Amino acid sequence: MIPLVKLLEAALFASPRPIPVEELSVLAPDASPAEVASALDTLREHYDVDGHGVELAELGGGWQILTRAEYTEAIERAQLAARPQRLSAAALETLAIIAYRQPIGRTEVEEIRGVAVGSILKSLQERALIDVVGRAEGLGRPLLYGTTSLFLEQFALRHLEELPRADELAIALRPAPQPL
Amino acid sequence: MSHGLSAPVDTDGAGMPDGADIGLRAPGAGTAEGSPAAPEAPVSFVVDLPAYAGPLDLLLSLIRDEKVDIYDIPIAHIAKQFLLRIRVLQLNDAAEYLELAARLLRIKAQMLLPRHGETETWEDPRAELVRRLLEYQQMREVVDILERRGDERRNRFARAYLPESGETVAAPLALSLGELLTAVDRILRVTKEPTVHTVVARTLDVAGAIAMVRHAIAARRTARWSDFVARDAEPWQILSMLLALLELAKQGELRLTQPRPFASVEIEHDTPGEAA
Repeated sequence: MIPLVKLLEAALFASPRPIPVEELSVLAPDASPAEVASALDTLREHYDVDGHGVELAELGGGWQILTRAEYTEAIERAQLAARPQRLSAAALETLAIIAYRQPIGRTEVEEIRGVAVGSILKSLQERALIDVVGRAEGLGRPLLYGTTSLFLEQFALRHLEELPRADELAIALRPAPQPL
Repeated sequence: MSHGLSAPVDTDGAGMPDGADIGLRAPGAGTAEGSPAAPEAPVSFVVDLPAYAGPLDLLLSLIRDEKVDIYDIPIAHIAKQFLLRIRVLQLNDAAEYLELAARLLRIKAQMLLPRHGETETWEDPRAELVRRLLEYQQMREVVDILERRGDERRNRFARAYLPESGETVAAPLALSLGELLTAVDRILRVTKEPTVHTVVARTLDVAGAIAMVRHAIAARRTARWSDFVARDAEPWQILSMLLALLELAKQGELRLTQPRPFASVEIEHDTPGEAA
């Protein structure tokens, strides 16, 4: 492997969070973005082709070394690491609405889900999956919520556009009427 | 009997459906009394209590179970089933479920209103509900995607899992063995010998107290608390006597009365005939 690949591997190993390409470029100021991109490709191929227990994944706006899924159970059984808890159906519904309609206020989420979501918004915010991204115009200037980079990371998404567009879903909707 | 959609004769009116406990019976055992339900939609069913994420979730699964067209919902039938389910699931006090139930009944009433001329522009009162249901269903589809992607990520470990709050992890302290030992030594020198209390267990003598009371009552038939417990009695003696008296009273051998608070307890032999 060329030195740049090894350098990137070391940096990715040291970081617990995905590293964006721009930050990887800082590591090697002499390397062009194309060289960094191709080094990442080399590293990914190296893991995939030579048969490693880890892989290089692109998610949450960056790159990250992850263990391969087939070893998860063994690792968890040995209590070396634990999978994070699954979100509840209610939390997932709320998150799905925010992901598609952001920036969105609480009342609009409640309008779609048909239930109150105040406490769910709070816990999603505590888990840093959503955040306040602004305030709506109008009465009371309600808070508007949007998803965070941790959301992308935890749902293995490179970016929001990776979610299917609304009209690509099986039940394509007529354009939603403007909320009051 | 026509289909529930346009049936003007619905004897149940807007009230709770009759036989709301029907879901607890075996399938097929329920009766179809006065039900305008379509024959392919069975009135009775057994609910195995799935957790619904909300009233729309419940309504949607109802529509799926009853195999009705979402664009042409037989509103009277569905409203009835909805009420049935929230009662069976004991969701009666969940405001959101009741709100949707009320909405369904209102739509049902609007459907029953006479229309002037068939060709006139008439807005289907179900339109808004259908729009919300479709929107909700679409969102459920996204939930499925998120669930799948979330599992994909959950099943792979990063080198170290960060706490979800996103707090930065403090760097490990640089500490030499010598410093550690000095610290331990300092702490040990400062720490005083712990004060040790010796607790002597005094066993209660309930059996002895019972014998004492029985003996006294047999001779005098009545007695007072103060006869048995001296002013300077030890706690274990007081407790033994208290437990003895309660035990004897429970067994019906004597009766305990206290004329007023803090007065001495009067103990009376209880003759079996008197006990009622």
